[in-house]
Amino acid sequence: MNYKDLIIIGGGPSGLCAAKTALEAGISVLIIERSPHVGGQLIKQTHKFFGSKDQYAKTRGYDIATKLHKDIENLENLEILTDTTVVGLYEDHVVTVLHKDQYLRYQAGSIIVATGASEKFLAFENNDLPGIYGAGATQTLMNVYGVLPGKEVVMVGSGNIGLIVSYQLMQAGVKVKAIVEAAPTIGGYKVHASKMTRLGVPILTSTTVKKAIGTNELEAVEIVSLDKNWKEIENTSRILKIDALCISVGLTPMHQLLSMINAKMMFVSELGGFVPVIHENHQTSIPSVFVCGDAVGIEEASSAMMEGYLTGLYVGKYLNRLHPDYENLVKHYESQLSLLRDGPFGVKTKVGLTKLKEGSSHA
Amino acid sequence: MRIESHPILDFPKKQEIFFMFEGRKVSGFQGDTIASALHALGIKTLSYSIHKKRPRGFYCAIGNCASCHMIVNGIPNIRTCITPLEPNMIVQRQENKGVIK
Amino acid sequence: MLNQTGIPTLDQVLSRFPEEKALIRPKAILECYEDIPCNPCETSCPFDAIHIGPNINTQPKLDVEKCTGCGICVTSCPGLAIIVVQMKGNEAQFKIPYEFLPYPEKGQVWHGINRSGDVICDAKIDQILINKKQDHTALVMVSVPVIHMHDFVTIRVKNES
Repeated sequence: MNYKDLIIIGGGPSGLCAAKTALEAGISVLIIERSPHVGGQLIKQTHKFFGSKDQYAKTRGYDIATKLHKDIENLENLEILTDTTVVGLYEDHVVTVLHKDQYLRYQAGSIIVATGASEKFLAFENNDLPGIYGAGATQTLMNVYGVLPGKEVVMVGSGNIGLIVSYQLMQAGVKVKAIVEAAPTIGGYKVHASKMTRLGVPILTSTTVKKAIGTNELEAVEIVSLDKNWKEIENTSRILKIDALCISVGLTPMHQLLSMINAKMMFVSELGGFVPVIHENHQTSIPSVFVCGDAVGIEEASSAMMEGYLTGLYVGKYLNRLHPDYENLVKHYESQLSLLRDGPFGVKTKVGLTKLKEGSSHA
Repeated sequence: MRIESHPILDFPKKQEIFFMFEGRKVSGFQGDTIASALHALGIKTLSYSIHKKRPRGFYCAIGNCASCHMIVNGIPNIRTCITPLEPNMIVQRQENKGVIK
Repeated sequence: MLNQTGIPTLDQVLSRFPEEKALIRPKAILECYEDIPCNPCETSCPFDAIHIGPNINTQPKLDVEKCTGCGICVTSCPGLAIIVVQMKGNEAQFKIPYEFLPYPEKGQVWHGINRSGDVICDAKIDQILINKKQDHTALVMVSVPVIHMHDFVTIRVKNES
């Protein structure tokens, strides 16, 4: 069986950044990625990112993915396996994978789970009709494969993903008839919302989808207004004729491997769902298993990157292979992370992390 | 329904790939997944639900939700949204949990 | 209300405009009305005219004296929230970011659009700049009647119909 000091499950932004600081400490790293390419969800992000220079602000997402990969591809002791899915994680640190029909086993000195998140779903009548897609799915279809999801769409959800993907739909030549948001206020950055209103796309708050209409495929959607108790207001029903409905109602961490290995988990709604209880150094209740990025709480890619760099450093310390610049880098990335969470949009995350910390103190 | 021109991205012309869908010869391009190639052809229904036979398409497009299962070259439960298209693939809609022969 | 509709009020917009006498030269209008962690406008400005400071959640402030209206911040802002404006007689000349096809061409007349997405006037395309540093965000120079100076924000192509 092959031995690696560190196996990183997930080659998205968080995993790639963790690999960098770990490799710089001389640790042997294997990144396991189920897609044909590394970069995670960054590869389909065509918008310019926010944050500061450290998070590659004003760089388009797909360029950030390329940069993160370039940063590590020539470092010593790195192996990247793409088209490879982890099928088993065991308490004796054995990781089993399926790589193009081959079943392989690895022995890990330590593991970082950086599996990211998956899109949530929404319950409404006929929500299983073809033509109803996650917002991320429409992004993948357009920006990776160059295929239009439809000609006229409605976006459900006004968080950053809903607003950004709506803009990208318009750029691809798809007409966004409306953005509906069940809450009374817009969820994402107002600059993203303003980009859409300038294009003549109405953002309808306190509005939700009642049902999807169509025989074999989506043909229309019925939307209704909600009162302040989230109840449908009579006689506010409208039918919009569309051929694609994009659902953007939030992400939830992909925690399944951690549950498999029996890490202590906690449900924290502010962080998106089930997350592992972690110590300050991102260690789970299993000492050799660490976690970073969306898998431990839904935030932006900028935070996922900073968490990645930090977790790579912490793993080095755990393995007694301290990064030569450990103290400075930890201080630097921790302060970057703190800044990213400092504004009003970081409040929810901070509440969630506090709850998680309390969970850890009971461990 | 392919994107011809885009303000940010380039979509260069790629190698055409022929495959079979429900007995018809159709085509996609190098770099497509089975689901993206079918979608570009206007085919949104990928399977039928097990009990009520309701039409189903993909949802997440990154291999998480299992909505896109089809039978490919006789093998069921293939996640077509993440499976790269290859020449001469035989793709069929699935109507059950999948029979592994 | 910005939080409900995504459309800033006239008061909010006016709060970002300098005094009219300053607009004899082109000046940047920073329409960032929310604290979000972001500072490429500050770091991109070659004249040090945009100030955010160490807490990157702070909304940017323009040093009107230092601003030359060069437009680098316009194509650097990830939120496309910055435009440059100058008053020239009975016209207001703008530099706006644009990320759609077809690109406008010099001499064409497009629709002038306000922040609600409504057509308010004709917009004369004076020039369009695209270079590698702008990374696919075109900088479009456009003139509109000066009475629309506080309303105009972007352009839309006129349909053949």
